[in-house]
Amino acid sequence: MTQVSMRVDGVTYTDEVEPRTLLVHHLREALGKVGTVVGCDTSNCGACTVHLDGQAVKSCTVFAVQADGAEVTTIEGIGSAGDLHPVQKAFHEMHGLQCGYCTPGMIMASIDLLKENPNPSETEVREGIEGNLCRCTGYQNIVRAVQQAAGEMAGRSDTLGAQA
Amino acid sequence: MIPAPFEYARPTTVDEALQAVAAGGEDVKIMAGGQSLIPVMRLRLAAPSTVVDLGRVAEMRGVREDGDALVIGAMTTHAEVLTDPLIAQHAKLIAEATETVADRQTRRRGTFGGALAHADPAGDLPAVALALDAEMVIAGPNGRRTVPASEFFVDYLTTALDEGEILVEIRVPKLAGEWGVRYEKFNRVAQAWSIVAVAAAVRRENGHIAEARIGLTNMGPTPLRASATEAALSGAAASADAVAAAARSAAEGTSPSSDLNAQADYREHLAQVLTRRAVAAAAGL
Repeated sequence: MTQVSMRVDGVTYTDEVEPRTLLVHHLREALGKVGTVVGCDTSNCGACTVHLDGQAVKSCTVFAVQADGAEVTTIEGIGSAGDLHPVQKAFHEMHGLQCGYCTPGMIMASIDLLKENPNPSETEVREGIEGNLCRCTGYQNIVRAVQQAAGEMAGRSDTLGAQA
Repeated sequence: MIPAPFEYARPTTVDEALQAVAAGGEDVKIMAGGQSLIPVMRLRLAAPSTVVDLGRVAEMRGVREDGDALVIGAMTTHAEVLTDPLIAQHAKLIAEATETVADRQTRRRGTFGGALAHADPAGDLPAVALALDAEMVIAGPNGRRTVPASEFFVDYLTTALDEGEILVEIRVPKLAGEWGVRYEKFNRVAQAWSIVAVAAAVRRENGHIAEARIGLTNMGPTPLRASATEAALSGAAASADAVAAAARSAAEGTSPSSDLNAQADYREHLAQVLTRRAVAAAAGL
């Protein structure tokens, strides 16, 4: 067992883990952060995306020991029921989900994209979330949600009007 | 699935890493970004007894200039490569190919050196390293040695790295003169692995092509140079017709596989088409 200490959604946790423990399993099973889900378990689908020191990563493809000393942000740490993150709000308003299983990862990847590119074109959104798979929506409303969130975060309200 | 149990070592210097690798015995695996190794361990296709994690070896990270070469630390992530000003200035072909590797999240963790040492024939960076005549700087128990890319890729998933050795940095000669570059890749939308891809760097002089370097991805168990096309382009007119004629020999000397994605003859066809497109774009045509 190896001792790891990490700050997750603002709280510091110190635990003993087996080196083979994947970060996503540590988050869910040891820390109870079940908002982050396991989708494909093959590094393809991106449902398990979290931020590691501010960067989006697939937490099924990181060992918990690699996150020792790091700052981890999960979907549970970006907003609350009464105060949603603009990207959460946009997914809600634009119906950017059906079953919702890919949504935590979609939102965490989208926040990472918008930090790098605050005003992405439709193509840039599609490329920016290429590491996240949705089997329900055909991506249309997801892309609209990300663009709406970009507008809101930049203080604009006309993003979709301009596009339509 | 959960990987099989292993011992974990996290060195902070190259010397410590070499010691950890030596102490790990025969069944040791070196982990760079882990974006290929962890999936393989999860499938239990690999079950090393020891994993040496290079993630904290700061001296293996970053890009610097050394005279006529760029020196890229093996642990420099794909995301770092994409935003590095030296690479943008002197090795744009690396950035073009890196942009097509996997996805945003994977590029945050995956590393330039890790991708080269993994030597997957469908990976994008080996063919680029080969086209640019890069050199691999390898640290081992008896010091360092340098191996040219043309001798580094030995076979499917196999490199010139010996037991106990670590790829620490990659030296990439700066392109001197008027070079254009292009990475042309053909892949399924749902998978970023190349079915075939072509890395081209072309130097133009007085309306002619003075020199072309062409690396082929996934046209055999190792990356290959399209030598016949390179020879045909040397001194050729910088015209679409001349490029098309030269590209017809792009698959000469290759040995592509047949698999679910493509038959070998289809790959040969792709190599010709993608070479024509890549060279034409690199030559500004």
